[in-house]
Amino acid sequence: MASTTRNPEPLESYRSGPDDHGHFGLFGGRFVAETLMPLILDLEAAYTAAQQSPEFQRDFDYYAAHYTGRPSPLYFAKSLTESLGGAKIYFKRDELNHTGSHKINNTLGQILLAKRMGKSRIIAETGAGQHGVATATVCALFDLPCVVYMGATDIERQAPNVFRMKLLGAEIVPVTSGTGTLKDAMNDALRDWVANVADTFYIIGTVAGPHPYPAMVRDFQSIIGREAKEQMLAAEGRLPDTLVACIGGGSNAMGLFHPFLDDPVQIVGVEAGGYGIETDKHAASLTGGRPGVLHGNRTYLLQNEDGQINDAHSISAGLDYPGIGPEHAWLHDHGRVDYVSVTDSEALEAFQLCCRTEGIIPALEPAHALAHVAKIAPTMDKEQIIVMNLCGRGDKDIFTVADALGVEI
Amino acid sequence: MSSDDRIQSTFERLREEGRAGLVTFVTAGDPDPETSQQLMERLPDAGADIIELGMPFSDPMADGPAIQAANLRALASGASLRGTLDMVRRFREKNRHTPVILMGYFNPIYQYGPSHFVTDAVAAGIDGLIMVDLPPEEDQELCDPARTAGLHWVRLVTPTSNEDRLKQVLQNTSGFIYYVSIAGITGTRSAAVSSIGDALTAVRKHTQLPIAVGFGINTAEQVRATGEVADGAVVGSAIIREIENNLDESGGAKPELLDRVTGLVSDLSGGLRR
Repeated sequence: MASTTRNPEPLESYRSGPDDHGHFGLFGGRFVAETLMPLILDLEAAYTAAQQSPEFQRDFDYYAAHYTGRPSPLYFAKSLTESLGGAKIYFKRDELNHTGSHKINNTLGQILLAKRMGKSRIIAETGAGQHGVATATVCALFDLPCVVYMGATDIERQAPNVFRMKLLGAEIVPVTSGTGTLKDAMNDALRDWVANVADTFYIIGTVAGPHPYPAMVRDFQSIIGREAKEQMLAAEGRLPDTLVACIGGGSNAMGLFHPFLDDPVQIVGVEAGGYGIETDKHAASLTGGRPGVLHGNRTYLLQNEDGQINDAHSISAGLDYPGIGPEHAWLHDHGRVDYVSVTDSEALEAFQLCCRTEGIIPALEPAHALAHVAKIAPTMDKEQIIVMNLCGRGDKDIFTVADALGVEI
Repeated sequence: MSSDDRIQSTFERLREEGRAGLVTFVTAGDPDPETSQQLMERLPDAGADIIELGMPFSDPMADGPAIQAANLRALASGASLRGTLDMVRRFREKNRHTPVILMGYFNPIYQYGPSHFVTDAVAAGIDGLIMVDLPPEEDQELCDPARTAGLHWVRLVTPTSNEDRLKQVLQNTSGFIYYVSIAGITGTRSAAVSSIGDALTAVRKHTQLPIAVGFGINTAEQVRATGEVADGAVVGSAIIREIENNLDESGGAKPELLDRVTGLVSDLSGGLRR
């Protein structure tokens, strides 16, 4: 059986990955069907060229500022800080972005790349629907047809986002294979891609998949961490002590963490603990899984002894994924980032705490990050600073939350 | 490879007979271990020249609905990689000459341990591997140890393989080449035989290895036509659908399943033997 590669030796830099083959140490890589290999290589070449293109960078910055509304504020959550009675808590408010989450940072980058590559059709997978909405949005903006694969289970629990995508002109394909959640949606998106190689660009929504996706999505999302660093220096004149972000595939977390990886800052990723890690109903791949190969990359996966992928569970559809981005797996094994988990009920409590103290309805995903903040802030000094990525707003989740609280709307 | 190379001697025999071979794909353990074992044992007499055995996986990303369902049926009835190896071991007690190729996805083998796996695969009487999600870029994972252990490494060549890519793909390929006739997943569309012929001419400029063609071949007529241009025709989803058509309401095998499925295989093979 595959073993883990935990290695506490400190590295000179944690921002050097991936290597030329897309590996972050043991993790990452390009585990895809041969039909897709030429496309993946094309994509890598096109992305490398785009990174060096001032025009591409200018377009990305323009839309980030004028369409998404960046920079997002770095907000001192005073009431929450007082109510928890410890470290100062700042929110990086990516829930204020157009479309209501960080996902648009990445879809903008990828659609600009798709245009450069002359692709005429966009596909995407989505779990909570935030990535689907962000993809449908940029497809409407750039007038490209958009097909979104979404698990049938998720379609049911994320009805508002399904309707949003339809309003934006996207075609939603319900996925009934497997458990009808994010993993199955990704399988079907890959199946679509392999059948439509000539004209289709696959906008993956997280820092996972075959190289170059994990690095590319990280780069587009790193705008979060770059802004946060600058804003923190302006507000407090120093770096924060701790960063906290929730993790499904891990794109909002990687976006916040990456610019700080070589700084003396404690970094914590919060996985979805579902009913608890001790049960088999959770989505904490690092805490409860082991290395394996799925969806084009090697990473930590929830799986059985035979290598069959287990179903993940989380109250948050966006975290309900049995894997995690390969760079997180690598940072985990090197001990640079601490990964913890928070249960459904702890996240629900944090969700309500945020509503009441700050007047912000967070998405259930960052409510997981907040639950961890609520645990550690009171144990920290009042001079210490936590930055948490408030990566999405909670409008989409009010039905799930009402249901969990036994309230009828 | 030595004279006991079952793949090589099969293609030599086919050349003497002046025909292409029929490669049949079934998923190991579908719909249950015993039916699957008996089916495998009856495939050679029904007309299968080479048996491709799918290793069940929960997330078969290159497969269409028929083979996805077969994977889930097999897993639900307790299939595992260990079970697949056992199945071939039992098959080899009765059949020494029909090549058996395992096809599937890497993760179950990765969990088993690649070096441990290739040793057990050789001992079980397996002749080669086709790995969907291991392109040449990842050869050190399994291709290198498999070839060292004496297993053939059968690579997929696709319509997206350009000249440069083809050279890279053909390196380390042995036994035969599996030409995927469409860009897509199993059991969906079919390609025109004329376009396949052109593609194979291009591939043959770079290799002497026999070429089997698969994806989208469903009928005896398609098998016959493919046999005109290729050294082998692979049929998978059509056989799997025949299994599916002979399940009772609770998903169990009906008594006539084996006869029906082997009947279909005889029919498909007839296309190459007239």
